[in-house]
Amino acid sequence: MNATGWKEIPIGGMILDAGNSVEYLTGGWRAFRPVFGEAQCINCMQCWLFCPDSSILVEDGKMVGFDLEHCKGCGICASVCPVNKKVIKQVGEVARDDERLCIRMVEEGKFQE
Amino acid sequence: MSKFEALAGNEAVATAMRQINPDVVAAYPITPQTSTVQKFADFVADGLVDTEFVTVESEHSAMSACVGASAAGARVMTATSANGLALMWEIVYIAASNRCPIVMSLVNRALSAPINIHCDHSDVMGIRDSGWIIIFSEDGQEAYDNLIQAVRIAEHPDVLLPVAVCQDGFITSHGMERVEIYDDEDVKAFVGTYEPKWPLLDIEHPKTYGPLDFYDYYYEHKRQQVEAMENAQQVVLDVAAEFKEKFGREYGLFEKYRLDDAEVAVVVLNSTAGTAKVVVDQLRDEGLKVGLLKPRLFRPFPAQELAQALSHLKAVAVMDRSISFGAMGNAGPLYLELAAALATHGVHIPIADYVYGLGGRDILPHEIEQVYRDALQIAATGRVEQMVTYLSVRE
Ligand code: SF4
Ligand code: SF4
Repeated sequence: MNATGWKEIPIGGMILDAGNSVEYLTGGWRAFRPVFGEAQCINCMQCWLFCPDSSILVEDGKMVGFDLEHCKGCGICASVCPVNKKVIKQVGEVARDDERLCIRMVEEGKFQE
Repeated sequence: MSKFEALAGNEAVATAMRQINPDVVAAYPITPQTSTVQKFADFVADGLVDTEFVTVESEHSAMSACVGASAAGARVMTATSANGLALMWEIVYIAASNRCPIVMSLVNRALSAPINIHCDHSDVMGIRDSGWIIIFSEDGQEAYDNLIQAVRIAEHPDVLLPVAVCQDGFITSHGMERVEIYDDEDVKAFVGTYEPKWPLLDIEHPKTYGPLDFYDYYYEHKRQQVEAMENAQQVVLDVAAEFKEKFGREYGLFEKYRLDDAEVAVVVLNSTAGTAKVVVDQLRDEGLKVGLLKPRLFRPFPAQELAQALSHLKAVAVMDRSISFGAMGNAGPLYLELAAALATHGVHIPIADYVYGLGGRDILPHEIEQVYRDALQIAATGRVEQMVTYLSVRE
């Protein structure tokens, strides 16, 4: 909890500085996390386009992973990815044994549906 | 130079709106408020105001448009009644919580069901905890004067809360009376120009209104609203003092009528106070020491000042034009709050409630006289036999 008192903060919940939503870490809301299998990604950027939380990390035109401090785990990226579950797979934050195996397979590019 | 005009209460309010010349008015017609908005629409069509008049499809949209316009930095007004206010309800809270200094003319009417278009105070009492400042008006003159003052109260930097100015549906909203209309320029000078502190249209300084606000800050924002309410009482008095200096009419937190040497008093809102004054005079002629207190400011509720003003009495009779269903004794809100105020401030005098006039049922002088005679009886015995009386309801 932030310790700023009611006399110090702007009234009415107004946010008087622009562009500070990045300071609000929403990753803790996530129940499912996307796991990225880089090897089979075709870098089409569909996930980047659709992610509602701007959490697809891109470097030099290549999808490189997720910003897990802000990703809320909605699974839209996994759903719109044309290569689908082979590249992005949603797994429970509290992963079961079979899911751990699944994560490893996705990450190693061995996952087949 | 001011001039006297024969105006219905709604026309007086529309005239105040013309003189205030707000940037935006968003409203939806509903009886008995309609003639306010209708008359104001004439002013817009005739080019007498610069107002952007938004004709919305419902009251929910009306209040939403008001919130948006106010956040943008506009001086904003609206008007409604009864079920219109009920439909606004969600946004009424948002207007107060977003600290939008919107001014609303509220023409009091009974809430449905059964459907009824006539006066009672069930509509305004529904928003008494919403964070709006609430002011009552006995007649068209007061509705006009209060609306002008409301702009200054709402926009005061220590307040920044919306204000509802009430008057009684049909009884004063459609009753023609002699209203002193001040000079346009004087009213404009009195309300001044609104200088919004955080206008959304200031695109050099982008900002956000109404974001998500969880357990870590929401509570602090509610605490700020408490502070604004506490500040409002002094601002109401300061604005009234300035108003008196400029226009000559005196306003305060409440009006006392032959109260200071009275032994019993009636406390009643809006137009019924006018009828009660006649009864007070008649009973005074009989030598009975009766008086009247007419609250003007209901939110914030000036509990200490009210308790002080009534502390010398032997009995108080509150008249309520609405019921707080299921509350203690199924009494009215004014009684409940005043009884709590007296008890809290150590004023231990008998106090009884008289619910009256629901759905526009006439309240006649002889009925108010009965309330006074009851109060005199209570004063004589020191005992309230019946906490709540539903005056003139047929058994
Ligand atoms: S799970 Fe949702 S929020 Fe997270 S990266 Fe994928 S689309 Fe974005
Ligand atoms: S949608 Fe799938 S294939 Fe396209 S860039 Fe994103 S992860 Fe790679």
